[in-house]
Amino acid sequence: MIKYEILQNYWWLIMSVLGALLVFMLFVQGGQSMLFRADKAERELMTRSLGHKWELTFTTLVTFGGAFFASFPLFYSTSFGGAYWLWMLILLSFVIQAISYEYRNKYGNVYGKGFYDTLLLINGLCGPLLLGVAVATMFFGAEFTVTKSNLLNVRGATISTWGPLHGLEAIASWRNLLFGLMVLMLARTLGSLYFLNNIADEALRARQRRMLWFNGGAFVVLFLAVVAVLLTAKGVEVDAGGNARWVEYKYFHNLLAMWPLLVLLLAGTVLVLFGLCKSVLDKGYNTGIWPAGVGTFLVVLSLFCVLGYNNTAYYPSLLDTQSSLTIRNSSSSEFTLMAMAIVSVLVPFVLGYIAYCWRAMDREKVTRSQAD
Amino acid sequence: MEELTNVVDWSRAQFALTAIYHWLFVPLTLGLGVIIAIMETIYYRTRDESWLATTKFWMTLFGVNFAIGVATGIILEFEFGTNWSNYSWFVGDIFGAPLAIEGILAFFMESTFIAVMFFGWKKVSPRFHLAATWLTAIGASLSALWILVANAWMQMPVGCEFNPATMRNEMTSFWAVALSPMAVSKVLHTVLSAWTLGGVFVVGVCAWMQLRGRNGDHCRRSLKVGAWVGVVGVLLTSITGDTSAVTVAKYQPMKLAAMEGLYKGDFQQSIVAAGILNPDKTPVNDEPAFLFDISIPYGLSILATHDPDAFVPGIQDIINGVSYDSEGNKINTVSYAERMEIGRRVRSQIAAYDVALRAGDKLALDTLHETINRDFAFFGYGYLDNPEEAVPNVPLTFYTFHVMVTIGGFLVVFLLAALLFVYKPKWLEGKRWAKWWYRLCVLAIPLTYLCSVCGWVVAEVGRQPWTIQDLMPNKVAISDLSASYVQITFWIFAVLFTALLIADVSIICRQICRKSQTDLDQVTD
Repeated sequence: MIKYEILQNYWWLIMSVLGALLVFMLFVQGGQSMLFRADKAERELMTRSLGHKWELTFTTLVTFGGAFFASFPLFYSTSFGGAYWLWMLILLSFVIQAISYEYRNKYGNVYGKGFYDTLLLINGLCGPLLLGVAVATMFFGAEFTVTKSNLLNVRGATISTWGPLHGLEAIASWRNLLFGLMVLMLARTLGSLYFLNNIADEALRARQRRMLWFNGGAFVVLFLAVVAVLLTAKGVEVDAGGNARWVEYKYFHNLLAMWPLLVLLLAGTVLVLFGLCKSVLDKGYNTGIWPAGVGTFLVVLSLFCVLGYNNTAYYPSLLDTQSSLTIRNSSSSEFTLMAMAIVSVLVPFVLGYIAYCWRAMDREKVTRSQAD
Repeated sequence: MEELTNVVDWSRAQFALTAIYHWLFVPLTLGLGVIIAIMETIYYRTRDESWLATTKFWMTLFGVNFAIGVATGIILEFEFGTNWSNYSWFVGDIFGAPLAIEGILAFFMESTFIAVMFFGWKKVSPRFHLAATWLTAIGASLSALWILVANAWMQMPVGCEFNPATMRNEMTSFWAVALSPMAVSKVLHTVLSAWTLGGVFVVGVCAWMQLRGRNGDHCRRSLKVGAWVGVVGVLLTSITGDTSAVTVAKYQPMKLAAMEGLYKGDFQQSIVAAGILNPDKTPVNDEPAFLFDISIPYGLSILATHDPDAFVPGIQDIINGVSYDSEGNKINTVSYAERMEIGRRVRSQIAAYDVALRAGDKLALDTLHETINRDFAFFGYGYLDNPEEAVPNVPLTFYTFHVMVTIGGFLVVFLLAALLFVYKPKWLEGKRWAKWWYRLCVLAIPLTYLCSVCGWVVAEVGRQPWTIQDLMPNKVAISDLSASYVQITFWIFAVLFTALLIADVSIICRQICRKSQTDLDQVTD
């Protein structure tokens, strides 16, 4: 049993790492959301720069989904089938992204370059916003119930049921929206920082630095608001017998109980602020994406850990508290988690070759002559 | 109940739509990936710039096709959750693992190295670039491998055990899942059929250029690689097709019976080479199965068992639980009526287990666990209303199977001829019928796509009504959705994917047309 719990914890950590990487990689979407603020030449520079990276974001999202399916299938079953519209909108926004980079400049693309750029804009805005909303439901709860024995019902009853709006209500919740907007502004901030680092063009860098004032400022305000909401929010706690109940200031208590996460959160915040502020104030500083990226990773990692550990339900049910999902009641079997853990040994190797290729490809910065 | 049927039907339609669109693009990615990797290898070894130009030409088409394959693929993965949430829990413990491995091992490999492949010509060394091209091709094939392992498991659920405490199936052997006979034959058959498509695509595009008298040297170079990959692909696809038939006969006899429109089986069973099914035929009447048919004696017995004298059961035999061994002795297999009875019994035992679990009745739990595991193989039949419900759509399965086999047979001859003409070009050059050959080559491209899609229709329609063979019918696998929601998303996907397909085909055709007018012996960028 102890081994099973260790594996469950390990897989939540893996999911947290993937989630943190995904949020960092949303700089691609953040960059896309700013395409229409740029003139034609700059837009080419930006899409060329992002065109080398979009697939990594896309793949991280797909792997995040696949790994969730493998390690916590009850979440996959409950959230995806329940918050149908929310997930479908997210998926649609990524589908239209996937073809746009390849098609926009191709002769015979039928709909014209502007059409594909508009698709990139839609993905740039909707992707981070809606992913943020989806993650927010994990903190603030969602309208579902889980009854596994429904599987035995011949009349087609489902294990998990959801409210009639199937995810639209999650988008309409102000707390979820606040979270989503924060993720969007973070993505835009990281997007600007990425452009500063990846594109060797002074006019574009000057514009991106100006945009950082707005994007970064809005992000900081929204981040502080989200942290305040999170730390004062109720969460669901589960006792040793598996009984769940709502507890005041649950996430705040989790941070205090797991103080290393608080250190990570603060360190990450400092790094993001450092990368942001130095990039805004120092016109010769173009590597802010790295401290801000590492900071983003640490902040998201700590938030996911706060969400899943310390007997916390990572997916609270607003309709039936006992249906809330925890890493104990929603995970795969010990055997599967172990098999997957063996496979996960290869993750550092995967990260290694990604880093190697990234470095090799980015050694030369994107310039106007290349874009032409 | 009507609403339930609608949700199931629309969810199936949506999944079929996305799967078919996805499969229009994936096989070309798999096949062309290998072809361009071989071409670049030749360039790397010879440093002949004309091979580099040829590699880049096919790489452009690869990129266009790759993007849309990625776009349609993401929907498929998440649809397991959005539209089949009961399924996601019931078998997520097993099914999720290949998907996650696919993401970790294959998708990252593809997405990382494809960027190097397209944008890294001047940024990395030729050796590293070649490695990136091969790793992109290998990543695509690995991705196919894991998703096909997952699909094979749905057709032949092995390496797992039902846990009544969690109401789901749990993996007991990873290798049994990854290396089941169904998985091995499915992976090989599918990936090799993609090589066939890649080869036919290259042959067809080159034929189109030759019809217009453009870039003869480029075409000859391309055909040397494309025709070989196509021939190797089609021959191995034929061999693995045979293995697949034996596997299906053993583990999904109902599918095989539907593929052949066989209602009443026999020893030395003939195979229908061509035929028209009788639309009035049902599993419960005595109407003849065919209005017209041309059969080959012993054919099906050989195909299914490699024994010309063997008995092959038909749909009615399987429903009634009748079969015969190689000695001709009657074997009473479990009839579908009995399976339904067993399935219902297991279901009530699982319900009793749930009650005992809450009550903490350990003795009852042990007894029930044992009986549940003993009979669980027929669990899914307990959801059926009648035995005929377990019969797939025979006409669709029969006709698509025969279209696949017919085109497949044509492709064997066609690709061998194409390869022959690569080495004996004089047999073709200057001949009056050459232009008809080139037109046939172009026509072979859509025919191969049709063959490929038919193969999937046979595989998926032929196993209906099961989401998981014998364990979970479609109607139990669904999410808690209203039919109208799924209808809306179905039409959104239909419009979106069709629009993307139009753009994809348009770009590929224009690229071929435009680039063929340039000198493809020279590197232009």
